Amino acid sequence: MPDAIPADSVGIVETQKVRFDEPLMLACGRELPGFDLVYESYGELNATGSNAVLICHALSGHHHAAGYHSMDERKPGWWDECIGPGKPIDTDRFFVVSLNNIGGCHGSTGPTSINPETGKPWGPDFPPLRARDWVHSQVRLADHLGIDCWAAIIGGSLGGMQAMRWSLEYPDRLKHCVVIAAAMKLSAQNLAFNELARQAIVSDPAFADGRYMDNDAIPAQGLALARMVGHITYLSDEAMANKFGRDLRSGSFELGEADSVEFQVQSYLRYQGSQFSGSFDANTYILMTRALDYFDLAREYDNDPVKAFAHARCSFFVASFSTDWRFSPARSREIVDALIEADRPVTYVEIEADEGHDAFLMPIPRYLDVFSAYMRRVGEGC
Amino acid sequence: MRHDLTHIQRWIAPGSRVLDLGCGDGQFLKTLQEQRQVRGTGLEIDEANITECVAKGLNIIEQNVDLGLGNFPDQSFDTVVMAHAIQAVHYPDRVLEEMLRIGREGIVTFPNFAHWRCRLHLGTRGRMPVSRFMPYTWYDTPNIHFCTVHDFEALCEERNIRILNRYMVGNTDNKPRLARAWPNLFAATAIYHISH
Repeated sequence: MPDAIPADSVGIVETQKVRFDEPLMLACGRELPGFDLVYESYGELNATGSNAVLICHALSGHHHAAGYHSMDERKPGWWDECIGPGKPIDTDRFFVVSLNNIGGCHGSTGPTSINPETGKPWGPDFPPLRARDWVHSQVRLADHLGIDCWAAIIGGSLGGMQAMRWSLEYPDRLKHCVVIAAAMKLSAQNLAFNELARQAIVSDPAFADGRYMDNDAIPAQGLALARMVGHITYLSDEAMANKFGRDLRSGSFELGEADSVEFQVQSYLRYQGSQFSGSFDANTYILMTRALDYFDLAREYDNDPVKAFAHARCSFFVASFSTDWRFSPARSREIVDALIEADRPVTYVEIEADEGHDAFLMPIPRYLDVFSAYMRRVGEGC
Repeated sequence: MRHDLTHIQRWIAPGSRVLDLGCGDGQFLKTLQEQRQVRGTGLEIDEANITECVAKGLNIIEQNVDLGLGNFPDQSFDTVVMAHAIQAVHYPDRVLEEMLRIGREGIVTFPNFAHWRCRLHLGTRGRMPVSRFMPYTWYDTPNIHFCTVHDFEALCEERNIRILNRYMVGNTDNKPRLARAWPNLFAATAIYHISH
């Protein structure tokens, strides 16, 4: 809980919901008969609607990117480090929109919503989604808000992939594409970790083939395990060593001690896992990791990213972090090389950071500086 | 702006695609963009310089020239520039070849180590020169491959690199004639426009 709202916070924010009744044709060939999108906005839209910035969330993210819902909220939104007055995404200058994607479990239509055909929650019957479906649904939100062209679309990780997809699908509707700690497609190792997470969930007896809601149950163990696996991949060896080392939380190394040894890192992971399983839907996690797995920027452009990016009209800002092994700097450089070859304007920075993939959420001075400098350029073009 | 850089602009076609290796704070690229409407990309490794370039609205790639330029396709730029940086790379000859693979033309500028002041300094004091153009002590310098006008031209000849134009800058603005007449002795900065 904040004692007082910090001066560089967007303050107390309200979540909004908007209903779209026109069906949405999905990449899988099925149609979503109308949908809700939940979003938040920070800052003011200017008279010409030219200062709007869209924030695309990552795998388990949602609409609450900055500020506080109330004075009782323990922590601010997930990207509060970067969104606010005077911060890189400066709300004194930009109108910032952050949403929960369809398929999510924080208010937008997803597996926990009621399927109008059956009157029961969609559960595992919710249609599989691709990043492009999110982009198409976000276009509806832009239209609703009166935004013809985003000053910038920004995303980290899976959010960066959505931003890139926007640049190809709707080249005239964004001026800048900000891609942080992302990749054009997953590596086999990425796919393997996602499969491990999904297997953890589906093998929980409470999962019941995804129909756990019918039983008023949740596959809490499986979800927690999935999150623990994910969490390990978001951190680096250095980050874990710095944060926990081999410190013990309980027990001791003495032989004959009755208590088993428990390391700090064990209890941390268990805590993270249990928090997550209480707040996130298992079917959504499966759906989101699948969308991540199937993302392949260049597949329909003859597997040629240069050909793909030839469709883009915006400028790009790409950032990676030295210890990110989930989406390593090499993956970001592939994006940059393709953009250069496609003769698109691109700026690339590789930030020294110990924090691994999670670094994109951290207040690393150099990252904030260069990101701010780029966003000032975005602002000057509004 | 340094007046050697002002001169280079004439060799760059308006609207062309320019890659600037080791672009520093981006002042040159910025000027080229404003005055010649080039589509520029800079490569730089210094963090403060990179942020400065971004603040100037330039397209900048964080990349170490010394680790290779293989990610740039053949002939993907009209002109590749390397201003006051070739003496700081590990393999200047390889960088030259790469410049002319990536670009149709190249522009190289470097401090001429055979300038009379350097010679005098070395000749009379017997110590490595430290001057405005080479403001580093020998043990703490990014410059690891100093060369002279003669050395550079010999390398070009050996590698079949054509010198399209050259321009010599004296150590003060009022001695251009000396620098042009006896470049190896009087040019403080040598500027070359090259191609294959």
